[in-house]
Amino acid sequence: MKPEGKKRIWSDYQKEMADDKFFYVRSCIRQSFFPGSEQFFLNLMRNILGKDVYENPAHTTCTGIGYHSDIVLPATIMTVIARHFALMKEAGYKNIVISCVTSFGLYTEILETWKHFPGELEKTREYLWKATGREFDIPETVAHTSDIVYKFRDPIAEKAKVSLVDSNSGKPLNVVEHIGCHYAKMFPKSGIGGAEFPRVLSGMIEAWGGNVVDYPERRHCCGFGFRQYLVQANRGYSVSNTEKKFSSMKPYKPDFVLTNCPGCNMFMDKWQYTIKELEGISYGENGESIPILTYEELAGLVLGMNPWDLGLQYHMVQPEPLLRKLGIDFDPADKFRTKDGRQMPVPENLINA
Amino acid sequence: MENLYELLEQDIRFEEGLNACMNCGVCTAICPAAEFYNYDPRKVVDMVQGKDNSEIESLLKSDTIWYCGECMSCKTRCPRGNTPGFVIMALRTLSQRLGYFTESEKGRQQFAIKRTVGDNIFKYGYCAATYAVNPSMHPEQGPIWEYILENSDDVFERLGGQINGIGTGPLRKIPEEALEELRKIFDVTGGTDFFKSIEENSKRKAAEQGIQFSPSGTDNDYFVEVYTANSNNHTGNQE
Repeated sequence: MKPEGKKRIWSDYQKEMADDKFFYVRSCIRQSFFPGSEQFFLNLMRNILGKDVYENPAHTTCTGIGYHSDIVLPATIMTVIARHFALMKEAGYKNIVISCVTSFGLYTEILETWKHFPGELEKTREYLWKATGREFDIPETVAHTSDIVYKFRDPIAEKAKVSLVDSNSGKPLNVVEHIGCHYAKMFPKSGIGGAEFPRVLSGMIEAWGGNVVDYPERRHCCGFGFRQYLVQANRGYSVSNTEKKFSSMKPYKPDFVLTNCPGCNMFMDKWQYTIKELEGISYGENGESIPILTYEELAGLVLGMNPWDLGLQYHMVQPEPLLRKLGIDFDPADKFRTKDGRQMPVPENLINA
Repeated sequence: MENLYELLEQDIRFEEGLNACMNCGVCTAICPAAEFYNYDPRKVVDMVQGKDNSEIESLLKSDTIWYCGECMSCKTRCPRGNTPGFVIMALRTLSQRLGYFTESEKGRQQFAIKRTVGDNIFKYGYCAATYAVNPSMHPEQGPIWEYILENSDDVFERLGGQINGIGTGPLRKIPEEALEELRKIFDVTGGTDFFKSIEENSKRKAAEQGIQFSPSGTDNDYFVEVYTANSNNHTGNQE
C-alpha cells in the first residue's frame, strides 16, 4: 500500500534497517578511545537482544581519516571499502553495521557514487580483483551502530534498570544530543530523520526517560575538522568550534551530552579539559564539566551495567556527578581495578573526580 | 601549461560538487572554517568556476584551500545542490599531484599527515590507534591519556579489548595477510604513488628551505616545522 498524507511526507525521513544478521566493522577512534563501547554494543546485540553479529578480524581501517585529510585517493578508499563488502559476502551476510560516523558517511557516499557513476563501480571491482582476488556484492542494508540501538530502544527500555531521571527531584535529566556532521548532512536519506529532524539519539533519550535540550548551535560541528585537529598548528580551529558549541549549550544546563560519532565524543571530552586548563572555564553547574557519553555507554547504564566495565573512568570528564543524579549505586573502589580485581594506580588531575 | 580546470573535471567529486554556483553565500554562512579563518567557500567556488588558469593555480598554491574542515555542512544547505567541500577536496588532490602544496604553510602540513595517519595505515592497518597517539604531540588528551598508555594492557583487558591480540576485538592485531592486501590496494589504485609524491615534494621543499629531513618517522626538523609552524596570518579580517 502506498503511504498517503502525513505518512507520505515523513516517509523520506524513515530508514529501512535489518532486524538481524549483521556484519560488523569497527571504528579506529572508537576502539582506540572507547573500547568498552564497542564491546558493549556486541554484548547488547548478542547476549541481551539475541542477534547474530559477525566480526571478521581481517577487516581494516576504511582509511576515512586519511581520505578526509586528503592523503588517500577516492579510488583507494572505494577499493578498501569494497574489500569489506567482499569479506561480508564471503561470510554470507548482507547487512553491514558500522561503528564510526566518518566511515558510515563514506560507505553511503561511495554507494551513492557507484549509482551515479557505474564506471567507478566497475573500476573498483577490477582494482579489488587485481589486488586481492576477491569479489563483492552491494549490501542490502547499511546502518550505523546507533541506528540499530535506536531501532531496539523500546526493548531496551523494557529491560531498563535506570531511567534518565534525577533521583532527587524526580525530573527528567536535560540531555544534549550531538549527531556528528557526517551522519546525515551529506546524505540525509541515510540517517534516521535526515539532516533536518535527526531522531537517532533524541529517540533513545526520550524512550529512556530524558528530556532533549534544544539550543542555538545544536547542529554545529564538534570542531574535529580532520587536518584541523591532526596537525598541531591548526588546533585553534578545532577548540574554537567546540567552545562555540559549549558556550551555546551552557545556559540550558545539560546534565550530560550524548554523542553519535566517536570523534565528537573524544573532542567534546578532551577540549573541555583543554579549555579549563587554558581559560579556567567550565560548562557544567557548580564549576563542574559536562560528562560526554557514547550511546553504548548510555544504553549500558540504562540496563544496569557496572560503569567501570563500560569504561566511563577513562574519559577526562569523570561521570560520578551524573551517576549520583541517576541514583546508580557504583563502587568507587572498583573503578581502577583490573579484570581480575587487582588494584591499579589511581590517575590524578581528572575532571569532576 | 596544462588546463587546470580540465584536470579538476577529471575528479568525480568535482563533477558532483560543482554544477552552477549563483554566489549566494549560504555555504559561507554555515561554514565552521569561515567562522575562524580568513576563508570564504563562496569565493573559492566562484574563482574555480571562472576557469581562469592563473587564478586556479594561485588557489592550488595558497593556504586558502587548506582551511576547510570537511564537515560537509555546505552540502546540506546549498540551494543549487553544489558541494563546496567536494570542490575543495578535488583542489587539494590536484595541488598534491602537481606538487603545488609545498608552496603554502598549510599545504606543507600534508607531509605531517602522511607521516602520521598515512604511516599508521601501512604499519598497523588503522588510521589511528591508542599506541600511536603520542601524548607529547597531543597534550589536549590530558592526564587520562598518559595513564591509559602506561596501563594499556590492563585497561583494554577489563573493557574487552586486546591490543595486538590475535582474533576479533578492539585494537586486535590486523593479520599480516590483511595488511598486505591493504598495501596492494594502495599500489593498484595509485595510493602508494600518491604517498611517494607527497614525500618527494616535501623532501625537495626541505632542501630548498635548508631544513633537516629524514626518510621516515617524525623525528626530523622538517616534520616538526610543518607540524607546528603558524604564521598567525590565518584568522581575522586580513585579505
